[in-house]
This record gives sequence, C-alpha cells and structure tokens, in this order.
Amino acid sequence: MMAPLFSSKLLLVLLFGTLFGLVLGVLPGLGPTTGGALILPFTMTLDPLSAIILLTSIYCAGTYGGAITAVLINTPGTPAAAATCLDGYPLAQKGEAGRALGMATVSSTVGGIFSVIVLVFFAPILANLAYEFGQPEYFALAIFGLTMLASIGDGSPIKNLIAGAFGILISTVGKDFMTSIDRFTYGINELSVGIGFIPVVVGLFAISEMLTQSTLLDQVFKRVALKAVKLPTKDDYKKTWKTILRSSGIGSFIGVLPAEGGTVASLIGYSEAKRFSKNPEEFGKGSVEGIAGAEAANNAATGGAMVPTLALGIPGSATTAVILTGLIIHGVRPGPDLFKEQPEFLYGIFGAMLVANILFFIFGFFGAKIFARITLVPNKILWPMIFAVSVCGTYSLSQSIIDVWIMLFFGVLGFFMRRYGFSVVPVIIGLILGELVEGTLRQSIVIFDGNWLMFLTRPIALTFFILSLIALAFPLIRSKKNKKII
Amino acid sequence: MNNVRDKKRANKSLPFFFRTEFKVFFTIILVSTILLISTFSFDTVPPILNRGIQPATFPKGLLVLIIVLTSIIYYLSFKRPWKKEKNLPKPFFLTIISFVLFIIISKTLDFFLAIAVLSVFVSYYWGERRIFYLLLVSIIFPLVVFIFFEMILGLRFPPGIITNLYYY
Repeated sequence: MMAPLFSSKLLLVLLFGTLFGLVLGVLPGLGPTTGGALILPFTMTLDPLSAIILLTSIYCAGTYGGAITAVLINTPGTPAAAATCLDGYPLAQKGEAGRALGMATVSSTVGGIFSVIVLVFFAPILANLAYEFGQPEYFALAIFGLTMLASIGDGSPIKNLIAGAFGILISTVGKDFMTSIDRFTYGINELSVGIGFIPVVVGLFAISEMLTQSTLLDQVFKRVALKAVKLPTKDDYKKTWKTILRSSGIGSFIGVLPAEGGTVASLIGYSEAKRFSKNPEEFGKGSVEGIAGAEAANNAATGGAMVPTLALGIPGSATTAVILTGLIIHGVRPGPDLFKEQPEFLYGIFGAMLVANILFFIFGFFGAKIFARITLVPNKILWPMIFAVSVCGTYSLSQSIIDVWIMLFFGVLGFFMRRYGFSVVPVIIGLILGELVEGTLRQSIVIFDGNWLMFLTRPIALTFFILSLIALAFPLIRSKKNKKII
Repeated sequence: MNNVRDKKRANKSLPFFFRTEFKVFFTIILVSTILLISTFSFDTVPPILNRGIQPATFPKGLLVLIIVLTSIIYYLSFKRPWKKEKNLPKPFFLTIISFVLFIIISKTLDFFLAIAVLSVFVSYYWGERRIFYLLLVSIIFPLVVFIFFEMILGLRFPPGIITNLYYY
C-alpha cells in the first residue's frame, strides 16, 4: 500500500500538502475546501497521483488545523472545528491550552487513521456494489446525495435544498451534453462551455469570506497563551478512549454518507460524547471528552468522505468535491473501474492519507505554537494577498477573464447567501452532481421509454428513493422539534 | 431577555416589503421567473431526434422547484420571522466598489494593474497605513504571483499596459 509513496517527490508533495493544509486550517475563513480550490491550478504541473496526494493531505491536515484556532482564539479555523471551541477554549482559559491541543491532536490522529482503515475496507466493497448500478440506480443515488443536503450543518433544510437545486441549475449552463443546444448562454460564447467549478468554489468560499471579513474589521480575538502541546495523561486516556473510538466510528459513517462531512460529524460526535459521558455537566466548561468527541469525529469524516468519492464519484463533502474535480481534471474517472484498473493509484491515496495523519500529529504536536502565530497576520494584509492568488488561480485554468468575473459574482452571491442563512456547500455539491443527475435521468427515461414508474421496479433505485424520503423527512422532523425549518 | 427577542424579531413590525424575508423571497422569485421565461426560448429537438426529454425540461423543473421551495420558506417566515441582520459597514461597500474597479481596470487597462489597485484600495480602507505593507500587497506580492504562474505554470496573462512590458 505504501510502495508508491517511497519516492522523494511524493514525500515532498505530502510534506508540503500537510504543512499547507495546517496553515489553511489555522486561518479562520480559509480551510481545506478553499485551499484545495486555490491550489488546484498548480496541480496541473504534477502527475495525477501527486496532485491527488497533495489535495488529500491538505484535506486531512486542514481539518485538524481548525482545532488550533478553536482552542486558542475561540474561533474555529474550519467549520468542522466549531464544536471544538465549546470545550477547547474554556479549557485553554483555565491555563491548560497545551492539554486541550494535545487531546485535539491525539483524537484527530486516531480518528483520521481509523477512517483510512474504513476507506481501505469499504471503498472496494462499495465499488463492487456499484457494478450492479445502471443509469436509474445512479440517478437514484445522486438524488439520495442531494436530499442528504437537507441535513447539512445546523442550517435550514429547505434553504439547503434551494441552494442544492441552484447548484444543479448552474451545471445546466452551456451546451446541453446530449443535444448541443445552448442553455442560459445569452449569446456569450464563453458560457457555452458551461460555468467552471473553480470560479464558483473560489467565489463562494474565498471571495465571500473576504466580504465577510470586511464586516468584521472591529472584531478583536482574545488569544490564550500556549507554552507547549502536552500529550494527554493516563487519566485523560482512561476518560476518553471510548469517546475517541465512538466518535471515530460516527465520523467515518457520517463521512461515507453523500454530501455530509466533518461539520455534521463533529456536531454529532460531540453530542454523543456528552450523552455517553459520566460527567455531562462538565461539557462546555472545558471537558477533554468534548474535545475528543468533536475532533475524532471531524477527522474521521475525511476518510469516510473519500469512500463515495472514489467508489462512486459522489462527493462525501465540499472538500471531496474539490478532490473529485482534481481527479476529473487529471483524467482519472472515479468509480468501480478505477479500483479494477488502477489499484496502485488508489493505494497511493490510501497510504498518503495515512502518512498525512501521522505528519499532522508531528507538526501539530511540535509546531502548534508556530502555526498559531499565523493568525497574527492582519486581515488587511492577508485578504488582498488571497485575492491576488484567487484571481490568478481562477484565470489560469481556462485562461479566461470571464471566469474571474464569474468568481467575483459568486463571491458577492455567496456573501448574501450566508448572510440570509443559505449554506454555500449545497451549491458546490449540486454543481458537481448536476451533470450526473440530469444525464442519468435523461438516459433512464430513454431506457424506460418515458415510463417514469419503471424507476420503482428497480430494487436498488427504489431503496435509494426510500432513503431519500427518509433523508428529507428526518431534518424536517428534527427542525420541527427545534422550530428551525426556515 | 424580552429585549433581545424584540430586537431579533424587530423585522415583524415593518411593512412586508421592507422585511428581509420578503426581499430575499422577491429576489429569488424574480430571478427564477426571468430564467424560467428564458428557458422557453431554448431551441427544441425535432421529435424524430428527441430521445427522452427536451433540453429545457430539466432546468424548467429545477426552477419550478426553487420557486415552490422559496414560497414555502416565505410562508413559514410569517410564523417565525428571520432574525434581523446588522447593517453592513462602510468597508463592505468599499470592497464591493473595489471589485467593480477591478473589473473595469482589468477589462480596459491591465489585469495586474487591476490586482494592484484592488489590493492597495482594500488594504488601505481596511485600515493599513504603513507604506511598506501597502507596497507589499499591491506590488511585491502580485509580482511574485505573476512570476510564479508565468514561470512554473507557463501561463500567459491577458495583454495590458503593464503585462505587455514583460511580454514584448
């Protein structure tokens, strides 16, 4: 499994990816999704394996990096670290920042490694199952993935669905792939090839975040001093080992579900840690179990999210949508054939994720203090620089200035979406699944000779439709309980 | 406690067209309707070549879905109004203006000049006054990015008054 990694070039890529991922994770507002999208154009100079290893190591390290900021300045570096703030910061305020970060580092590493094992075992099984899938089954699966958007984060299910539908709508811009008829191009030639993934992702994540930062200039972070990261004590391990294992399982499972990701995993991991804890009253006041529950789960979601991405070509999270784009750009088609034809490529990815988890443990343990200092770079210097990289990166993929304007448009749109409670993640998932949904639907209709009811005669498709109904009903019931449908 | 709730729900007492919910609902419905109307002008495939559905059918379905879901969230907002957002500060509008400036300059003068102008503009209005840092974000860093993309990725940037100096 590790053989492809024994090359100095791949190890260098892995090292750079892990360090870059940590920096991205530490900086609030950036993160592995934005960072992955920004670095995607640079991967064009690399071979496919190096490119995907770079993206996956950014994913693993970036997810962990969010915990450093969560513990030290009470601001999650990534959305997946939001639950870590709840106990990480209070514990740091008690003068135990090193202990909090030590627990976050250990549980993240265990969660990450656990999820790679899940990936190694389950991805091939899922890929084998996918051989049974025809167009109707893929359509039903994509619908299931989209309905899962309803339960992303703590946002409104209906708003998430609107955002997802909007993402699919964006994918219809350009020439219709079956008939070559222009749709929503309005005579603009550049639009006939469609709207690229990178301008939308960079716009929705990086540029909209830049606009958000422009509204937070008077925000002052209260930083907690960190002397050194401390490994958890025997008592801490005794208290948390069950939580770490449980959250690793939860995170891996949530990650496997299409469209879900680290944010949902960490929230569930945290709440389950509290439910099973002997001392639930300590949660929110600096409980190490709370940190372990959230961090093991969000890092476990990384390997889990790679399962549907590699086995089915359905992204398990926003960042894996970027990785999926990377695979497609480099001519690698995810799915069952990939497992059959290029096993060494997949083993390279599995091995890289395993090594990335070990590397971020080492960097996190010895370098958290240095990484924390990155947050000292003022926004008034950092964001104009990120803008320059965003613009050049977006331009570079198709060398089109229209892409840069599209990026700015989606930046403004993303800002207002977030302001009014619409998550931008469903747009990304919708955009990447759009072609699959429409393509498989239209081909299924041809197969069924226009009889839509034939979908119900296919057992696998029917199962996914039932799961979709459950996926839609669950957040609505939960929201009704919490009175948060809108 | 009541004060907080009143503040959050202050929207409720405004006329309906001033409420955030209505503005969002109206914008989405307006844009979706315009797009929906435009789908009727898509070319159609002759029946003999048509397999399955027409190219306009799928986007039409999506737009109808968006309109229906938006109507539902608007209806639900009567029962539970959205919390009121803070007014947007001046730097936000200045950042938006800098985007417009970027588009105008990149289209008419030069791509890199546009990046430099935006960077110095944003950095200054976000509070940076030190000349070195203003130079860093507006000239030094974009130059490094330019050289990196040009040398390593072999990218050719669009022609302009400054970029041409490098290329010719």
